[in-house]
Amino acid sequence: MKLRHSVKELWFGAMLACAVMLSLALLTWTGFSVSTILMLVVSAALFLAWLRLEREQPQPGSLRRHSVDSRAVVFTAATGLATFAVVAAVVIILGNIAWHGAGQISWRFIFGGTGEAMFDAHRAGIFPMIFGTVALVFLMTIGVLPVGVITAIYLNEYARPNSLPVRLIHGAINNLAGVPSIVFGLFGLGFFVQFVGGGIDNLFYGGQLHYRKPALIWAAATMAVMTLPVVIVATEESLRAVPNGLREGSFALGATKLETICRIVLPEAMPGVMTGAILAIGRGAGEVAPIMFTGAAYYLAHLPTHWTDQFMHLGYHVFVLSTQSPDIERTEPILYGSVLVLLALTFLLNLAGVLVRAKIRARMRSAHG
Amino acid sequence: MIASPPTAARVVPQARRRRPPRLRWAEWFLERAIFVVSLSAILMVLLIFAFVGREALPVILGKTNNARSQRPIAVTQISTVPPDRLAKYLGVTTAELRSYDADTIRTLVELKAEELKQTVNPDTRFNTTSWRMMFYPYQWQGYDKPEYIWQPVSVVPKYNIVPLIIGSLKATLVALIVSVPLGVGAAIYVSQLAKPKVREIIKPVIELLSGIPSVVLGFFALIVMASTLQAMFGYASRLNAFVAGIALGLTVIPVIFTISEDALTSVPPSYSQAALALGAARWQVAWQIVLPAALPGVFAACVLGFGRAIGETMVVLMASGNATIVSASIFDSCRTLTATIAAELAEVVFGGNHYRILFLLGAMLFVVTFVTNFIGDVVVHRLKVQLEGRG
Repeated sequence: MKLRHSVKELWFGAMLACAVMLSLALLTWTGFSVSTILMLVVSAALFLAWLRLEREQPQPGSLRRHSVDSRAVVFTAATGLATFAVVAAVVIILGNIAWHGAGQISWRFIFGGTGEAMFDAHRAGIFPMIFGTVALVFLMTIGVLPVGVITAIYLNEYARPNSLPVRLIHGAINNLAGVPSIVFGLFGLGFFVQFVGGGIDNLFYGGQLHYRKPALIWAAATMAVMTLPVVIVATEESLRAVPNGLREGSFALGATKLETICRIVLPEAMPGVMTGAILAIGRGAGEVAPIMFTGAAYYLAHLPTHWTDQFMHLGYHVFVLSTQSPDIERTEPILYGSVLVLLALTFLLNLAGVLVRAKIRARMRSAHG
Repeated sequence: MIASPPTAARVVPQARRRRPPRLRWAEWFLERAIFVVSLSAILMVLLIFAFVGREALPVILGKTNNARSQRPIAVTQISTVPPDRLAKYLGVTTAELRSYDADTIRTLVELKAEELKQTVNPDTRFNTTSWRMMFYPYQWQGYDKPEYIWQPVSVVPKYNIVPLIIGSLKATLVALIVSVPLGVGAAIYVSQLAKPKVREIIKPVIELLSGIPSVVLGFFALIVMASTLQAMFGYASRLNAFVAGIALGLTVIPVIFTISEDALTSVPPSYSQAALALGAARWQVAWQIVLPAALPGVFAACVLGFGRAIGETMVVLMASGNATIVSASIFDSCRTLTATIAAELAEVVFGGNHYRILFLLGAMLFVVTFVTNFIGDVVVHRLKVQLEGRG
């Protein structure tokens, strides 16, 4: 029995080794052809079968016979390597961008306009894009924060858990978080620009073109819809972390429910609200697809002065520079510089959000024992 | 765990007794307002569905027709033709037609008559916006066999969306081949095998990946990865489904990692403790006890990862090469549904056929992600209930 089992294991091991070697050979000779992929799939299947192979119960007295289990080593190595690969990818991407981008950062680059030379590394600045991104994110936050916070208050303070509205709202939030960003772009164009904008023009301007066009305000509105789930989820989480004793104490002193929420619960939950806002801003500063048709411009000579103007956006600028440049060699330095600034913006915000969130979670754990 | 509404309900009436009635009314009103505002998330989902669907509706119902075999209308007949027929004949909307003056209309009619006289291409007789033309191959003039062709800007606009679907699936497949083993492997390692200290460092680093904007990953794929990978594998076209898929995988890994890790950690510790007590090694516990128990969660992670990958825009727009070829090789350039919308919507006529078909693509994407989200959420929810109920 034991012998048969180890023979089976050996046979499997040999097959696995052959399969892996064969697929490596195919990879070097033919590249990623159908046969290589087939062979890789076979190797993966063999590997999984090998892991599944049942070992016999260790005999009494021979407990430590296999001091090193080869499958343990391979399993740990495989999952460890996967982890390492992901971490390495993060480090390589960030390192590459920081390395190439750092040299480009200067006062002139950050505070200079693009002028005529959008693709020329020696003269272009990115101030209009930073301005546009900040303006967009500012308007977006004004739109999304009240709605998100009020929704979270309803979900956590007023609604009965698992009641129909709660389930519907949660379903909607999950769905909203998964809608592709380009669909938000289409929605922004169809709803905000054409329908709402067209409606405003017809009502107040007698059909003249004021709002029925891509504009800062419509891009911000589209972005606000997209970041709504982020704000709701973060606020809800922090509201849940507020201990019930605080609410009950407030009620005992004669405060109404709304007073309790406004004066006791919300101030306590403020870090969570900020987290939501920060994460939403990080997302809003980085997404490009929703604003491509709702307000971002390829090139503008002037900064936007009104919310019906178009604007330049850092992320869209990165896209334009890397796909439209007539001479990529000359553009590459500003490209790296712009990417670094964009990353710094979104990343620092994300990092801040993640840190505050970790603090709230720690407090929640201590509050609820 | 549950908040205190029962307690609150008992306390509040006493407090209210001392309130001036006006404030009570204000509070009642505000509470209703809070409820109404909180419904806006639902409203937004419905609006997205309604407004993306609305623009695509004429195509879905087969109401569009771009066949051009009409008899030419003479200039002298303009006043006798009803305006909506004239608008259709000229290929503009009735509102647009109304905004033109008589001279413009006359010029347009003359141009159209010229065009009809010159048209010898029999393909113009067909309505290329029908469902049949969007999904079945057709032998166009000058081609020697029936083919799937997406060529919306040409004499005969060709709207076959099969190449785009194949492109999307190709890039998504590569992304999943890359991201499922890496994401799930990393989740197993971090949740089951790593020491707590290592876990505290690695987890945020992987989650940072989701904070990198997709346009930055697209840039990285385009400028750095494309050349490196081409040098490594030596394929012909620099930008292709392979490069785009790998970059796409980077955007999907955090999704798969986070959800699988969550599912794996939510397996009650009693499971693994029991297995360890029976003499199983740690890798055996992870592989044979915890992973099977959390398998629905891992499956949900992959489904949600699929939804994320098929909806991602900037990465594929920048790194896939955007050629509408039907081919099985992942080393050919491909064009995805999302990239098509992003690249073409800026240049279409509002309300035109091309515009409506792009919205149709958007509606299809919306439906696909709606379904994947729904499946993912249901599976995760059931797993949570199951594990926490038992544990």
